[in-house]
Amino acid sequence: MFRFLFGRLGLLIPTFFGVTLVAFSFIRLLPGDPLDLLAGERGISPERKAQLLEQMGFDQPLWRQYIDYIAGIFQGDLGTSFASKKPVLDEFMTLFPATAELALCAIILAVCLGIPAGIYAAVKRGSIADQAVMGTALIGYSMPIFWWGLLLIILFSGILQWTPVSGRISLLYFFPQPTGFMLIDSLLSGEKGAFLSAVRHLILPSIVLATIPLAVIARQTRSAMLEVLGEDYVRTARAKGLPPRSVIGLHALRNALIPVVTTIGLQVGVLLAGAILTETIFSWPGIGKWLVDSISRRDYFVVQGGLLLIAGIIMLVNLIVDVLYGLINPRIRYN
Amino acid sequence: MNFQKTLKATLLGASLAVIAATGASAKTLVYCSEGSPEGFDTALYTAGTTFDASSKPIYNRLVEFKRGTTEVLPGLAESWEVSEDGLEYTFNLRKGVKFHTTSFFTPTRDFNADDVVFSFERQLKKDNPWHEYTPGAAWEYFNGMSMPDLIKEIVKVDDYQVKFVLNRPEAPMVANLAMDFASILSAEYADQLEAAGTKEQLNQEPVGTGPFAFVGYQKDAVIRYEAFADYWNGKQPVDNLVFAITPDAAVRLQKLKAGECHVMPYPAPADVADIRDDSNLTLMEQQGLNVGYLAYNTKVAPFDKAEVRKALNHAINKQAILDAVFQGSGQAAKNPIPPTMWSYNDAIEDDDYNPDLAKEMLEAAGVSDLSMKIWAMPVQRPYNPNARRMAEVIQADFAKVGVNVEIVSYEWGEYLSRSKEVDRDGAVLLGWTGDNGDPDNFLAVLLGCDGVGGSNRAQWCDENFEALIQKAKTVTDKAERTKLYEEAQVVFKEQAPWATIAHSVVFMPMSSKVTGYVMDPLGGHWFDGVDIAE
Repeated sequence: MFRFLFGRLGLLIPTFFGVTLVAFSFIRLLPGDPLDLLAGERGISPERKAQLLEQMGFDQPLWRQYIDYIAGIFQGDLGTSFASKKPVLDEFMTLFPATAELALCAIILAVCLGIPAGIYAAVKRGSIADQAVMGTALIGYSMPIFWWGLLLIILFSGILQWTPVSGRISLLYFFPQPTGFMLIDSLLSGEKGAFLSAVRHLILPSIVLATIPLAVIARQTRSAMLEVLGEDYVRTARAKGLPPRSVIGLHALRNALIPVVTTIGLQVGVLLAGAILTETIFSWPGIGKWLVDSISRRDYFVVQGGLLLIAGIIMLVNLIVDVLYGLINPRIRYN
Repeated sequence: MNFQKTLKATLLGASLAVIAATGASAKTLVYCSEGSPEGFDTALYTAGTTFDASSKPIYNRLVEFKRGTTEVLPGLAESWEVSEDGLEYTFNLRKGVKFHTTSFFTPTRDFNADDVVFSFERQLKKDNPWHEYTPGAAWEYFNGMSMPDLIKEIVKVDDYQVKFVLNRPEAPMVANLAMDFASILSAEYADQLEAAGTKEQLNQEPVGTGPFAFVGYQKDAVIRYEAFADYWNGKQPVDNLVFAITPDAAVRLQKLKAGECHVMPYPAPADVADIRDDSNLTLMEQQGLNVGYLAYNTKVAPFDKAEVRKALNHAINKQAILDAVFQGSGQAAKNPIPPTMWSYNDAIEDDDYNPDLAKEMLEAAGVSDLSMKIWAMPVQRPYNPNARRMAEVIQADFAKVGVNVEIVSYEWGEYLSRSKEVDRDGAVLLGWTGDNGDPDNFLAVLLGCDGVGGSNRAQWCDENFEALIQKAKTVTDKAERTKLYEEAQVVFKEQAPWATIAHSVVFMPMSSKVTGYVMDPLGGHWFDGVDIAE
């Protein structure tokens, strides 16, 4: 197991350098530079531009800038945002809990609904229920997030007034947020009603963000279950008289979960991509919108730092998935 | 249905309990702002969103724009004198003005000349310890308004008198000092931060003399202020001001309708009619202090001939552009400055839409089979909501007079940079939003000879026009300046370096309970004097 783990960890090193290189070059390959964008119609004189480029270190050759960037990373310095003048890492740490909270709620929702829906569809294969589940999953998968989010807001917040329109908590509450996770902080604050308000604010964005992963997980679970349900050992289990619940829950599901766990791991990237739109619609102060805004104003350090941190998280999740995969299926470890 | 009723009742009960618990008597005005401020030290930034959250509620300036106009009134300076040669501006400061007392700063003295000197010298002097107090401090607005070239020195005459000595006469100087970058910060607070080694806090925990004191900011979510009880111009009618950051226009409107905010900026044009019909909402509107234009390159043939430019201007159907691009939120422009600006010359007649005349004029100028490029911006701007569409309408108009148009576009930064080039191929769609309400800020910046190769996208340098605007810079008498600018607009119209397209109309939806809100022609959002009816 340790060998397996070290092998996986070793793979992270070239991936890390690859990501730094891609993040560093990607933003610089885009046309337009931050100073022209900052100056807007007002413009900036060539002398002033040269002065600012020097001040920001952009007068150096690219290889030098890259080395400085890598050296900074090893000292925990990802640079400073042009816009806010704050360290990138500080900004990330401020905003990341909001995205993480939303993504966690979304993935929990997707898993809790997606796996049972997939199992049910597989067990009732070919029935109307199966077609209904898979049809709904297809619609969910094809739904444009922006449109879906606005539709839910208009229905549940505008017409029915069940949920708040946007934000993380009612504006009536103002308390310190030591963890950045609103559900935890609202409980810690001791303010009456704060937790309920935070939950209500999470409902619609979680549903919107969970829609695509839910559809994917349901479809994946169904197809994995169908495959497993046709295996000999399942037939044997049935033949020896085990109740259907045990056959499905104990024998079939455990093996069907292997590809499903991989799918769930891959959904982390989907969640972070979906978070960009979801955060914009629901005014959710997370890293998705922060990154998009930074790309549009060519805030180099934020983009390269933000991408690196997100890639790091995805790498970490994939590592965990690999380990889990090894635990569920010992054959993986020994190969 | 019963479930719905029960759920609704539970949620409503919970909300009411919360309101009761937090004190329903305090009046809180909620503004659904369109974006996050980049920081709170106004002078570091150039974006209106940042100014709305920093300079407007928190700070004052020596002089202020009278709300709803571009007229300059006394602010932290009660009065000022200008020397005869126009090189010295002496400001007499208001006494008894308090700085905010907050959880992070308790002032021990009132506002005085030290604060004024600190606020400007940090931007002006490279050796000032605050000049580079935060990474990337570029003082872009201060530099963009040419202040380092203009200001020779700032002298503290005594505790309540400050003198600005200039290198050359500059009539718009007083208006410049009403701009956001000229906000006055507390030198005492800066000293406290310097001593504590936390200079960067100046940009994160602001202290000013303005109507609202900063309470807290949750990045990209909420900014909170409370009315400043000791505000020199009287306490505000509301107790708290909250900016709920809501980037999407459709969501802002839903929040306004649901009563989650009282005021929102920048509605989507398609929602304007719906807002107008909603009896719970009020829709205010005002002409923006901006102009959208098509700048020919007057250095390149055949656009170096005024007759050709004039002919093309007659070929443009502005009404079609207003209908297709502005959808009712624009007004045809005939001058390079907007009608709300003083010295606007309303006597000037616009070039009417007349394709036949345009054809004749082009033939008379010896131009046939003309092909040209029109540059369309890739972004939406207040003065041009859809440049691509606008370019297409002009392309169709020009085709009617035998001019073949190719539409080109670049990424926004590239567009701004390349469009400055003197030998640029093609006419550029662009525009401008005023900074200080002074005509100089349009005419000199956009059409002056100094702007050629820079902000003067027409690359137009006309002797007569230049003489008039340069003279207007040195004269302090407003009536005389008005005359000079009116004449300059006549020259502009005759020479037609641009096709002036439109001035946009800005809409501001709010709850009908909101009273006292006045729209700012400069595009800012101010909440002093605003109340919520019970």
